[in-house]
Amino acid sequence: MKKTYRIEVDCANCANKMEFAASKVPGVEQVTVNFMTQKMIVNFAEGADPEAVMKEVLSACKKVERDCEIFL
Amino acid sequence: MTRKQKKALVRIGIAAVLMILLHFLPEDLLSIPSAAPDSPLSRLPRLLLYLIPYLIVGWDVLRNAFRGILNRQIFDENFLMAVATLGALVLGLLKTGDYEEAPAVMLFYQIGEWFQSYAVGKSRRNISALMDIRPDSAWLVSDPAAEAGAEQVSPEDVPVGSLILIRPGEKVPLDGLVESGESALNTAALTGESVPRDVRPGDEVLSGCVNMTGLLRVRTTREFGESTVSKILDLVENASSLKSRSENFISRFARVYTPAVVFGALALAILPPLVRLIFLGLPPEWDGWIYRALTFLVISCPCALVISIPLTFFAGIGGAGKAGILVKGSVWLEELSHAGIVVFDKTGTLTLGRFEVTAVHHSPLAEEELLEFAALAESSSSHPIAASIRDACSRPLDLSRVGKVEEIGGNGVVVEIDGRQVAAGSARLMDRLGVSCLECHHPGTIVHLAIDGAYAGHIVISDQIRPEAPEALSRLKQSGVRKTVMLTGDREAAARPVAEKLGIDEVFSGLLPGDKVARVEELLKTKSPRETLAFVGDGINDAPVLTRADLGIAMGAMGSDAAIEAADIVLMDDNPLKISKAIRISRRCMRIVRQNIALALAVKGACLILGALGIANMWLAIFADVGVMILAVLNALRALFTDRL
Repeated sequence: MKKTYRIEVDCANCANKMEFAASKVPGVEQVTVNFMTQKMIVNFAEGADPEAVMKEVLSACKKVERDCEIFL
Repeated sequence: MTRKQKKALVRIGIAAVLMILLHFLPEDLLSIPSAAPDSPLSRLPRLLLYLIPYLIVGWDVLRNAFRGILNRQIFDENFLMAVATLGALVLGLLKTGDYEEAPAVMLFYQIGEWFQSYAVGKSRRNISALMDIRPDSAWLVSDPAAEAGAEQVSPEDVPVGSLILIRPGEKVPLDGLVESGESALNTAALTGESVPRDVRPGDEVLSGCVNMTGLLRVRTTREFGESTVSKILDLVENASSLKSRSENFISRFARVYTPAVVFGALALAILPPLVRLIFLGLPPEWDGWIYRALTFLVISCPCALVISIPLTFFAGIGGAGKAGILVKGSVWLEELSHAGIVVFDKTGTLTLGRFEVTAVHHSPLAEEELLEFAALAESSSSHPIAASIRDACSRPLDLSRVGKVEEIGGNGVVVEIDGRQVAAGSARLMDRLGVSCLECHHPGTIVHLAIDGAYAGHIVISDQIRPEAPEALSRLKQSGVRKTVMLTGDREAAARPVAEKLGIDEVFSGLLPGDKVARVEELLKTKSPRETLAFVGDGINDAPVLTRADLGIAMGAMGSDAAIEAADIVLMDDNPLKISKAIRISRRCMRIVRQNIALALAVKGACLILGALGIANMWLAIFADVGVMILAVLNALRALFTDRL
């Protein structure tokens, strides 16, 4: 399952860090952060609950980049 | 400017003014009388003064650094900047008395961040504005009798089959057919084509065009969510879920770069003094080496490098969009720049996909008269060939002249016209009737005619080559495409002359739709690993090939959902010249990407070397860092301007 989320992040490297952190979260099969369009495109693993996974993703991202925001 | 940016700018301004004032403050104005001259204590009051601008401009960096430590993010830019500047302040207090450096570095770091945020935000809005085709409202006519009763509604709320009014100057909100009214439509936002398109009753109008001259009453054929404008917006907004190799390279590089520089700094601070102390018997000069190490930390942020690459691709995609070329992500722009083989599906891309009578041969009658007979004979058929003959006949057809019609199974018809027996069809039909016919050497479909058993010549019907096609192919070669290939279902005799006329390198003729995938797979095996194979189709029946090729380009895709879905690059109109333009746009975009990578790496590398040698100080390091970012961002925006390509 693929979902797109609007995000807010200030610098390009921070976007990369978010992408890297989000990719480590269980339940996320593949994730792309597009800095230019300020979007996060998440491909969830089979049987994962997007809502629960995204909560983890958000806290993982906040850890690497405090000023980021994901609009769930 | 956002509020965040305004606040940052104010902080930068205040800190800068304070810095200038402090610079002209007399040295001895603030001194502790009891302190020995040139001792740390004597330098303390000045430090406190300099801490004011430092904290004004850098408090959030320090805060984030502290939070980074709590989250065990050692290689966080904030943390590194904090270490570098605090280190410089401590060195100033203990040794040099120079406090200007730390707040200045912080100041320039913030200027860099601010510029990045501003430039990126601005260019993002500009590029999005290029694709600003979203209509705001529609005028819905609920009661056709009362024209004035049109009410303004959101396009989402208009059901299929409604009647809407489109006034001059307004965007067409939904796809539909013109019921009444005539106008010229500006399709530039969709196709990049500046010549307006005339529409009259019965014509299709596509959402996203701008109505220029007259009032149109349009019967909608699609809901907003299904309309052309929604499809395109969806495509543009959800582009680039696949990243290009360059972007992946940079993000991998950034992950390694920062730790490497930090360890380098650590080594620089510890190893040389130890070597001097232990092996050379020299004084260790700790402070000098620590200063060099701190300079390293200032250059450790990879942001300049990281920002310029996606920005360049984004600008390239925006520039292509402006020209009517929709690219579904940066990876496709990169693939396109390596295009070595371009495969065309003939019908609809190199040719118009419309059949037309191109010649009448060996007719004893006047051309017009023969065409009239043929048109009358074919008047009951719905076949495209029959339709093209009817279109070619300029006289009005009087169907009462047609008597008995006899279809001869797939070979043609024998019809009674004005009491005469007219046969129209293939050479086989002529054989059956015992009429000897003349072969034709022209490409295309041949319809022979016999009147009362006597041969009356033949009509040549062929698909027209697009007028732009020959130039399009020669331009492809100029832009570095090694080989062009044409795939067609036509017989060899018809395909070969077209290919020769266009200067195509290789032709595969007589193909069934399924064979095309196999041919493309064969061609994929012949290409060198560095080049890519692009397939150009009109989006009708060729979705499997579009998907199979390295790069699928759909042409004339306005309104064709399947093509937009299957292709990687969508040409909004059907001009084949756009293919070479797209390649040139992609090549320049990649050139800018490489320039930016090289520029950023070279400047960072030079700063690291000069810093290690003790030639570059922190000022130079931060100037270089911010400067290279500004240059890279400005360079990236060049990718947006595609008019002259």
